[in-house]
Amino acid sequence: MARIVSTLYAAAVYGFIFLPVIVLVLFSFQATLFPIPPFTGPSLRWYEAVLRDARLTDGLLNSMLVAVATSALATLLGFLSAWGFARFHMPASALMRGLITLPLTVSYLIIGMGLLILFNWIGIPKSLITAGIGHVVINLPLCFAIIYSQMGDHQANVERAARDLGAKEWQVLLLVTAPMLWPALFASFFLSMTFSWDEFVIAFLLTRFDTTLPVEIWNLLRAGLNPKTNAVGSLVFGVSIVLAIVFELVAFRKRPA
Amino acid sequence: MSTLDMSALVSIEHISQDFGQTKALDDVSLAIQPGSYTVLLGPSGSGKTTLLSILGGFLQPSAGRVLIGGADCTGMAPAKRPTATVFQDYALFPHMSVGSNVAFGLRMRGIAKAERLARALDMLRLVGLDQAFDNKPHQLSGGQRQRVALARALVVEPAVLLLDEPLGALDLKLRRQMQDELKAIQKRVGTAFVHVTHDQEEAMALADHIVVMNNGRIEDQGLPDRVYGRPATRFTATFMGESTILAGSVEGKGRIRTALGVFEVAGDIASPEIHVAIRPEHVQLGGDILAIVTHVVYQGSFKRVTAVPNGAPDIHLLARLPADSPVSVDMPVSLGIDPDRLIILAR
Repeated sequence: MARIVSTLYAAAVYGFIFLPVIVLVLFSFQATLFPIPPFTGPSLRWYEAVLRDARLTDGLLNSMLVAVATSALATLLGFLSAWGFARFHMPASALMRGLITLPLTVSYLIIGMGLLILFNWIGIPKSLITAGIGHVVINLPLCFAIIYSQMGDHQANVERAARDLGAKEWQVLLLVTAPMLWPALFASFFLSMTFSWDEFVIAFLLTRFDTTLPVEIWNLLRAGLNPKTNAVGSLVFGVSIVLAIVFELVAFRKRPA
Repeated sequence: MSTLDMSALVSIEHISQDFGQTKALDDVSLAIQPGSYTVLLGPSGSGKTTLLSILGGFLQPSAGRVLIGGADCTGMAPAKRPTATVFQDYALFPHMSVGSNVAFGLRMRGIAKAERLARALDMLRLVGLDQAFDNKPHQLSGGQRQRVALARALVVEPAVLLLDEPLGALDLKLRRQMQDELKAIQKRVGTAFVHVTHDQEEAMALADHIVVMNNGRIEDQGLPDRVYGRPATRFTATFMGESTILAGSVEGKGRIRTALGVFEVAGDIASPEIHVAIRPEHVQLGGDILAIVTHVVYQGSFKRVTAVPNGAPDIHLLARLPADSPVSVDMPVSLGIDPDRLIILAR
């Protein structure tokens, strides 16, 4: 009896989590005009419509571009700041570390609004670049935290050995520090990608004409439910899944000590 | 003394190092001869590792200077000075092959790939690891990693090789074996080695020149047998091996009165109040000191015996007796001490 209850409970939990996604993906293959039962597919009709919609394909490319560029930048800046905090003594180091990770606790809405007001004030027009800056702001603390947690004293000694053998500071960073930390660097990069890829609020607030896919989907939804939104939503979901799997493989793969 | 030593490869002149209120090094001067194996020996906190860090350029001394080959290296970065360091945790590059690890220093010196790999292979052959050229460090044992670290430091042909407790992470058996190898490699390459350890057996096995350090000062230095057999200070006598220390007073020429009786020694003794150190191996069965055995530890090749003399119940006399000696706890024994082997220490 207890076993049946617990099985039902588990089924309910997983159903609750995955049913919306399953419904979304299933009705993206709908053959008729509305994403409501009964299911009339399977059909790729709405995927074709997505790919023929220039606004959606542009949004897809913009999202890709913003995700890759901001993740690379956030990882680079996170790496440099982690290295700085781990290797050099500076005044109020703990406070500064706290401040750099603080945006993790601030909602995207607040960060987005703050940036919007700031950019308005200094006269920078809204664009993919301003949204990208917003994504670096939200991902840098994460990258910093991941990379900083992987920097130990042993690595400091390895860096010292490289310096002793004649490496200049940039060579130490490029040839020794970064390669030793590559799992943390890749994990930071892919986690940032997943966050940037489907981020809506900041992109919504900080872009105008060219915008990212989540904002285009929102525009589409305003016109009413349509299996096209299911199709493009399924595409977004598919890319997120791939990024999450890559992240898991990199971050949780067993590594030799 | 060392400031005037023109033949020295390394001259450490009046080095002091302050860490806040504590003096890690207090006016230390030392000369290191070319081709020598120098061991800095001392307990933790004695300043030996600080001195090595200053030699390697990882630390700027508060005062004094370091000359290597006659040139002032005090403010020189580690990369610029003719030293190379073997770190205690080996500090190998985990993402590079063994060959690339060893070739790294040559790569930084702009030597072409073919040549640097050939030289790395030669150096790995010298340490007996040429077959591990393509392996990653994590595939090697501790002793093998140690040898890679040695090859990596030696391939850049430093004037002085600095070794920071290089055998500290190895188990005892491997440690003794690596000692022999280190010594053999040092003789083959002829580079001056400066080796830091707190293990006095390791120091005696390796050193041409032992430097005993304590509280940021050099207590004693010289040939291992001299430092062990005729230690200059009480600290050296107790740190280098075991001994029993007695207070003594000098009565006339060469006569020392102690709680264990009067000893006649050769030569003059400067001060009237002294300490006498007795090595356990210089105490033998048969003599005029009557004592009761309190501890017997069987060590395989000998017995480590503690005995309390009847005439001096507050002294615990240590003796190293043959393994087949018929002694046991609570047994009365008569012990003898060779007066010529007594170590006289200033009080």
